[in-house]
Amino acid sequence: MRLRPCPSLPRAVNLSQPRDDSELKILVIDENPLRRAVIEEGLREAGLNNVRVVSDMTGLLEKVYKFDPDVMLIDLENPSRDVLEQMFQVSRLVRRPIAMFVDQSDGSTIAAAIDAGVSAYVVDGLRKERVKPILETAVSRFRAFDKLRSELEETKSALKDRKTIEKAKGILMKQKGLDEEAAYAALRRQAMSTGTRLADVAAALISAFDLLNDK
Amino acid sequence: MAEASTGTDAARPKIHAGFIPLIDCAPLVIAAERGLDAEFGFELKLYREVSWANVRDKMEVGTYDCAHMLAPMPLAAALGLGRTSAAIIAPMALNLNGDAITVATRLYEEMSAADAQATKAGGAAAVRALKRVIDARLSAGLAPLTFGMVFPFSSHNYDLRDWLASGGIDPDHDVNLVVIPPSLMDASLRTGRIDGFCAGAPWNSVAVARGDGVIVATKSELLPRSPEKVLGVRAAWSERNPQLMEALIKALIRAGQWLDDPANHQEAAAILAKPEWVGADAGIIASVLSGRLERGGGQTDLSDPELMLFYGHEAQLPRRSHAMWMLSQMIRWGHAHEPFDLGAVADKVYRPDCYRQAAAVLGITLPADEGAGASGSSMDAASRHGFPGAADFGAPQALAYLQGLAIRSPSVDLERFLSLNSVQ
Repeated sequence: MRLRPCPSLPRAVNLSQPRDDSELKILVIDENPLRRAVIEEGLREAGLNNVRVVSDMTGLLEKVYKFDPDVMLIDLENPSRDVLEQMFQVSRLVRRPIAMFVDQSDGSTIAAAIDAGVSAYVVDGLRKERVKPILETAVSRFRAFDKLRSELEETKSALKDRKTIEKAKGILMKQKGLDEEAAYAALRRQAMSTGTRLADVAAALISAFDLLNDK
Repeated sequence: MAEASTGTDAARPKIHAGFIPLIDCAPLVIAAERGLDAEFGFELKLYREVSWANVRDKMEVGTYDCAHMLAPMPLAAALGLGRTSAAIIAPMALNLNGDAITVATRLYEEMSAADAQATKAGGAAAVRALKRVIDARLSAGLAPLTFGMVFPFSSHNYDLRDWLASGGIDPDHDVNLVVIPPSLMDASLRTGRIDGFCAGAPWNSVAVARGDGVIVATKSELLPRSPEKVLGVRAAWSERNPQLMEALIKALIRAGQWLDDPANHQEAAAILAKPEWVGADAGIIASVLSGRLERGGGQTDLSDPELMLFYGHEAQLPRRSHAMWMLSQMIRWGHAHEPFDLGAVADKVYRPDCYRQAAAVLGITLPADEGAGASGSSMDAASRHGFPGAADFGAPQALAYLQGLAIRSPSVDLERFLSLNSVQ
């Protein structure tokens, strides 16, 4: 299969918010450069212009305090998520309280975010309806990234399979004097009669060949 | 979230549990790896997590039925601290003891220079040396020292604070306390971002093995037989699945018994060392399980059979006094400002009745009353080392204990707690 350059990214959620939402300060904390870019792009498309990304977790809290975001997004694969937790405790470091996105009426939004692998932290007092579209954009972008990642993995493994099959074909052609088509047909027959994947048959043939030839 | 489960049997009901790769997740791992789940008629599906916040949130939304949790977490949830609203109960503990305090090698040398005897003695005494270092730094106009811990509502935070305060160091003024993920503690120590930390095994040993730190105190020395991790269970799930929860507790009892047997330590270490579980050096894990701890800094190794307790001394019994101890720490450090009924919260979250019921089915005899059976030994240990929560620690004792403390958060008005808890 072919890896599409930009796989099915959903349209960014359309924000019908007051104009000043473009001024909301959003901090994206993510060590994965590709996902970071995908999310940042999504937020900008949604009209949020004040987005900053953090990729290096060193001194994370200092960076957060310095940018002083209204909303923070962090991926759930990040162990530094716990670092953010202390901001909700009384601390002389805190300039203004940051509450978490907690509202019982939005249980499904929170569940969707967690399922997609992202968590949001929101400055206290920010209205729910201003936060929700941001979170929805993040969720759709996280999902899109997941899809991208699994497609990439599939592509990688397909590429590896193809190389293995090519090599096994080469062995058959050389050892048995077959042409390419016949070598391929022989591999396929073996795969079908044993109920094995073609690439696995090819890999078995290569390792048997290596063994017999003392490689 | 990496799924790492063993066994496949569609007929068996599944229990989904989150865990953090620390040695004390062992009862869950052993239950799954040794087929104790199948033996008791269910399938345990374990999910490796990278943060306590993830564990908390996935419990909240019901991704997990239960989890390996820091003992204060379900209590914090009941008090509405943090973002959760779903009730979580602790029907059993997973272990007692197990964490330790490590300081950077350079700080250890300063402590040795300030008070060689106290530093060498370690444990409760070592904080005297630290106090001298801190006082000297203060008069020299140097920046305060920074210590790492793993989560606000953790025994690590409370144990570290208790240790510092016992030496006259106010953890909120004389040092900086920061949350650092355990896996990053050693690197943070090496690069000087922190000067010391309190974390669970194996991370202290990792810092020692890499020559970056020295273990100056263990929880088993400071607060012997004190709570560490519990099995947190969604209350709603437990109400719908009482039989299944009992089966889980039974499997974890068997796992705890197996883990406490020295004959199994090598095998347990080999299992836990796998990347899908703790993913740390099997030698270090085996050493911790057998109670041997290399302290570093040229000190003699620690040998303590209670370094980490999984079953012995009723380690799994979720004691009311333990809940009270953690609640008292939350009040002490200003985590809980608003007065509440300590006994009511403890009884809502800590559910020894669930554990007793499952243990009884297995023919295990437990002391009839909290603290009564183990209290002989626990009280000895308490008087020896001073862990107030070891036994007979109810609301009046907890509040009296708080009133007697010189160092605690000034933001909490104990009088308001006293009036609310006076009937007890």
